[in-house]
Amino acid sequence: MGDPNDPMAEIKASFFIECEELLEALQDGLQTLEDGGGDDETINVVFRAVHSIKGGAGAFGLEALVRFAHRFETVLDEVRAGRLDIDAEALKVFFLCGDHLSDLVRVSRDDAPIPSAQSDALSAQLDAMLGDAPQDTPQDDPIDFQPMGLSFDLDLDDEPDAPPVYQITFTPSAELFESGNEPFHLFRALEELGPCQFNCDSTRLTDPPDFEPEQSYLSWKIDLASTCSRAEIEATFEFVEGLCSLDIVPSGQEPPGDLLLDSALPDLPAPKPLTDKPVAEITAPSADLTPDMPETVADLPSPPPSAAPAARPDPAKPAATSGPKSVVRVDLDRIERLVNLVGELVINQAMLSQSLEQSGLSPHSDAMSGLEEFQRLTRDIQDSVMMIRAQPVKSLFQRMSRIVREASSAVGKDVRLITEGEATEVDKTVIERLADPLTHMIRNAVDHGLETPQDRAAAGKPAQGQVHLKAAHRSGRVIIEVSDDGAGINRPKVLQIAIDKGLVPAEASLSDSEIDNLLFLPGFSTASVVSDLSGRGVGMDVVRNSIQTLGGRISISSTPGQGTVFSISLPLTLAVLDGMVVQVADETLVLPLNVVIETLALNASDIEMVRPGVQVVRVRSGFVPLFDLGKELGYRAPLQDYDGSVVLLIAHEDGSRAALVIDSIQDQRQVVIKGLDASFYRAPGIAAATILGDGQIALIIDTADIISNASAESAAPTLEGLIA
Amino acid sequence: MTLEILAVDDSRTMRDMIRLALSSAGFKVHTAEDGVNGVEVLDGIQPDAIITDINMPRMDGFGFINAVRTQEKHRATPILVLTTEAAPELKARARDSGATGWIVKPFDPEKLVKALKMVAG
Repeated sequence: MGDPNDPMAEIKASFFIECEELLEALQDGLQTLEDGGGDDETINVVFRAVHSIKGGAGAFGLEALVRFAHRFETVLDEVRAGRLDIDAEALKVFFLCGDHLSDLVRVSRDDAPIPSAQSDALSAQLDAMLGDAPQDTPQDDPIDFQPMGLSFDLDLDDEPDAPPVYQITFTPSAELFESGNEPFHLFRALEELGPCQFNCDSTRLTDPPDFEPEQSYLSWKIDLASTCSRAEIEATFEFVEGLCSLDIVPSGQEPPGDLLLDSALPDLPAPKPLTDKPVAEITAPSADLTPDMPETVADLPSPPPSAAPAARPDPAKPAATSGPKSVVRVDLDRIERLVNLVGELVINQAMLSQSLEQSGLSPHSDAMSGLEEFQRLTRDIQDSVMMIRAQPVKSLFQRMSRIVREASSAVGKDVRLITEGEATEVDKTVIERLADPLTHMIRNAVDHGLETPQDRAAAGKPAQGQVHLKAAHRSGRVIIEVSDDGAGINRPKVLQIAIDKGLVPAEASLSDSEIDNLLFLPGFSTASVVSDLSGRGVGMDVVRNSIQTLGGRISISSTPGQGTVFSISLPLTLAVLDGMVVQVADETLVLPLNVVIETLALNASDIEMVRPGVQVVRVRSGFVPLFDLGKELGYRAPLQDYDGSVVLLIAHEDGSRAALVIDSIQDQRQVVIKGLDASFYRAPGIAAATILGDGQIALIIDTADIISNASAESAAPTLEGLIA
Repeated sequence: MTLEILAVDDSRTMRDMIRLALSSAGFKVHTAEDGVNGVEVLDGIQPDAIITDINMPRMDGFGFINAVRTQEKHRATPILVLTTEAAPELKARARDSGATGWIVKPFDPEKLVKALKMVAG
């Protein structure tokens, strides 16, 4: 975004980042208000967010943004002042305005065309809310914007005809000094308008017994020769208006002669002590002064105690701390680089420990215990680096609340989005790539998941439909759930569509969950009426693909009449994995450690054959299906006898369990995930690859994929094998 | 002469802009992000002038000016209010709380420098 050396461009870029934060605060505040919570501070936060956006936008001349933010702010100000009550209707408008504001920020950033029609429509709605409340549209007080440039080079004026002379009489009051103003500086500013003659009138000055250091005794008569307007001279005195007596006479008449005798600034230090000295001296005798100066000093003795707590919220804190939380903004590329380097470090460390182990050193040697420490540090560094990229899913969820608002109004349904676990942190890159699939799922939930208002009424449900969006950490993964309280999946209809489209044979008999999973088949779309919302074409298969490329899985469950739940399970990060390194048919493979709940050695008596090729193993109170990993991956033919084999008991988020037969367990370690890009064939059951400590490449297994593939195929091929 | 300025504003953009405008005029600039922070920062410095926003969390501009003015050493430190709000009653309130002058956002860097020189030399 522009030239990095242009400080303004940099500030502008940072302004847009700040806008994102402000918009988030705005959303948050509105959400709190909608949830019935919030207090005065909530509305203040909302107001300030809009206000700050307006302020920054003004600095960069983003007119459309300023104008709309101003309208919005005006209404919020009324609310803040308690002159306007907000109801559900008003909140709806506020939400729309917040969305629009974020659009305006975006188009302003991208220099895209301004959606002014929408601005106008929403502005009209905002104005309507003001009703007969005083509409202060002319708030952009023009007076302060008057450019003052006119006068700048006037004192270079060397034209022969003398400029007009103004006679200025200026008598500061004590309050002028109290406000921090200083005549000396004013005079300097006057001199910039033209040559001045100053004459100090000190006749009112009294002698010590009556002299009060904080009183103002002096007065000046100034002759200013300048072609500037009277207004410009007045502007110089803008800050002290009302704090002095000021008289400006544009004189045709010659000023009295004696005023010209003494001249200008060199004499001026005289009044200075008036301001400086008392301030310095007053520290000690302030109590004595009080009776004499009720107005000016009266508030001096009392305020300090009340101001003290505000001034020092944390007494232990030393002077210039940099505020509540300091933040450094870093280019994502740099973090990316760091993450990669740490990844290399992990591999390197693994290699080192492997070679040290092979060197036959005693485990109690310094080298080995040092290595242990090294391992721990590596892991800490890795965690910390991952933390840098971790972000709460909140921003993502907020975007979804907008999707719900838009989608629900497009299809005429009243929908409420309820979010949970917004603080759950996920790798930023994962969050970014989740936006599209999640958007699609939310739209689906609103469009297809929830019934029409009529159907809801008929089913005895509240008119307002609910969509829940939940995030949570579960055993090293992030679970994101989108659920609705709609009618649930219409299975007969789904099956019929699948049959009509030739996706499944007409005579197929499928279980409920198999039917539900048909939704993920490419080219499947359930809406019998094409709505402009989700339309046709992009189906859940696309969603599933994008989740899978993130190393995640998506599952579906539905209860007729009660709704549908889509559950996404994602790795916390795309970069590292706690893995179990196993050996199968001379191949080294890595399984995600978090799916392995138990390892055991099989007894022939524990294995039961359900039907040929389909075996289950008894694990304590239950049976779980048995799969031979070597066979599933095509490494070898199924073993004849599993007695004594090592199996891993696998459990997934969706509750499915399985036992995987392997040859041996080698190690548990962290592995750096190296994605298999598009140039590799996407083999079922393989999630990614990694480089082990000895430099060997090992494939990382997606156990859920293995199991679903295996159960789909298990019948046919093994049957053939038996016949043959 | 180098003027030392403390600028208090809750908007990072504004702080950046003030810093840019004043640094290029040769001023030394300190910043703080709200009134409470402003008072903390002020504790370690003796600025020639202070610029403050009005609408801020934790402690607003009025509260901040008040807190500054009640400190002996800052009784006469010039304070400019920098605000998007130009309503006369706000100016009156700013002055009542002890502000020296005001600048309306969006500010013209030249005008800001000029106003600072007007109050701080």
